[in-house]
Amino acid sequence: MNPYLAGVLLGFVLLTTIYITGRGLGASGAMKSVAVTAVKATAPEHYESTTYYQDYEADHPDGTMQSWLVFEMLGVLIGAFFSGALSGRLGLKLEKGPGVTNTTRVIGAIFGGMLFGFGSQLGRGCTSGSALSGMAVMSFGGIITMLAIFGGAYALAYFFRKLWITR
Amino acid sequence: MAPLIPDIIAPEYNYLIALIVGIGFGFALEQAGFSSTRKLVGLFYGYDFTVLKVFFTAGVTAMIGVVLLAHLELLNTSIIFVNPTFLPSAITGGIIMGAGFIIGGFCPGTSAAAAAIGKLDGWAFIGGATIGIFAFGEFFPLLEDFYMAGNQGPLLFYDVLGIERITFALILTAIALFAFVATGMIEDKVNNKPVHLLSGNWKNKTIAASVPVALVLLIMITPSRKEFTMEKLEARAAAGECKPDLIDADKLAFEIMNNYYQYNVIDVRSPEEYEAFHIATAINIPLDDLHNTAYRELLNQRIQTNVFYGASPAQAKKACLIARYHGNTSSLALDVTARDFENTFYGDISIPENPSKEQQTVALFRRQAAKKMKEIEENLASREKPVKQKMTRVQGGCS
Repeated sequence: MNPYLAGVLLGFVLLTTIYITGRGLGASGAMKSVAVTAVKATAPEHYESTTYYQDYEADHPDGTMQSWLVFEMLGVLIGAFFSGALSGRLGLKLEKGPGVTNTTRVIGAIFGGMLFGFGSQLGRGCTSGSALSGMAVMSFGGIITMLAIFGGAYALAYFFRKLWITR
Repeated sequence: MAPLIPDIIAPEYNYLIALIVGIGFGFALEQAGFSSTRKLVGLFYGYDFTVLKVFFTAGVTAMIGVVLLAHLELLNTSIIFVNPTFLPSAITGGIIMGAGFIIGGFCPGTSAAAAAIGKLDGWAFIGGATIGIFAFGEFFPLLEDFYMAGNQGPLLFYDVLGIERITFALILTAIALFAFVATGMIEDKVNNKPVHLLSGNWKNKTIAASVPVALVLLIMITPSRKEFTMEKLEARAAAGECKPDLIDADKLAFEIMNNYYQYNVIDVRSPEEYEAFHIATAINIPLDDLHNTAYRELLNQRIQTNVFYGASPAQAKKACLIARYHGNTSSLALDVTARDFENTFYGDISIPENPSKEQQTVALFRRQAAKKMKEIEENLASREKPVKQKMTRVQGGCS
């Protein structure tokens, strides 16, 4: 799809969300629900004694997975699958730079994910919840976070060029 | 007025709506090509600026939509969620996320889109992100002070710059359009292609670029719906038609003494003025807040007649006009100010020498009314206060 057309579509999805619910979109919050639920299931004592998890529990009295973003992200998986099926892009695949082994790519994805997950908690939201939704409502913090994400990635791009462009 | 949840759509449907908008979100992300990690990082090496194009277009579209809906009074922007600003953690967290982006090749939303179509690296990224969030939770006691530092609340960018909201919207739109042109040229240069931006269909490109700019300019030059209706109402009032009905002080006092339950007396001055003195049974809604949807129901109670009064007769009339705009046709405006009312009843009521029968009756009535109104007010002091419906900001964000 033409990127500008896709952008307008995404913009209308975001606008509809704000119009109906008064809040923006998000993504990392659903992964937080998964992380907290995993801790609760595997280490209940530790869960009970840690304020961070207890604060989360207080915000989600119906259950750790009963969160708006969990349902939204289930929708993302469904919508993206549907889109991939329509455009013929389904299939198990590992996408990587030209000079990279599968192992390196998987380690890179896991490690990058860890950093992103950690950073999204510190920065109170990721590219969706903080940067994109923040821009729509002109939040100062949201737009600053957006600049920091893209600025940080640009600043580090040179050092990781072997992962993506050169052999 | 939107947001539709919780007043128009029940909060029970919120999860269903989350699922539906999520489907739209996922579809748009995947259609934009965000399920491809090489496309995503292309932004940082200059060979593919799809991310910037989609991201900025989406942000500007939604932003203009929000401003437009607010302009038409279809969306109450004072209660929608605005990400709070904590600069130290926002910048540090952002840079860490930037590192995660360039190493992992995704952000959380796009990794889910990739995972959904079977990309194994997408699943690996989701797993990593979950571990990263877990790590943050474990280290939270050490990070808490830094995390909470520099709280500036739901700060808005245009307030920081000290400009109007719509001016900021225009600037951001212009930046986006400039970025589209610049990156379009860079992209072709990096890929060793002729710069196609300067050739091709000029007409369509110009039309596409001028639509958002025209929308913002239109919002800029036209009055908002509130301004428009107030202007119209005032013009009609000035022309002599649509006069709010007036009630005089003695009549109001009489009605309060005998039928107070049939009247909804509303003080439109500031809360401080209201505290200092108010007419018995009156509630306080400052004039600027009267437009608020929260009061619409209160203004349209069938069994009660609204009586507005303020610091000036003009204030009371204006309040009356607002109520009329909201569909209430029976509202009354007190023809004297709050201070005059106070003086009339609680001031020095003297009977001149050799009074006429009428003067005597009025003075006696006012003394009696003052006493009675005080009693009523005291009796009602413990009643349930009806108005203070608090409009709370929607909770959102990634928590």
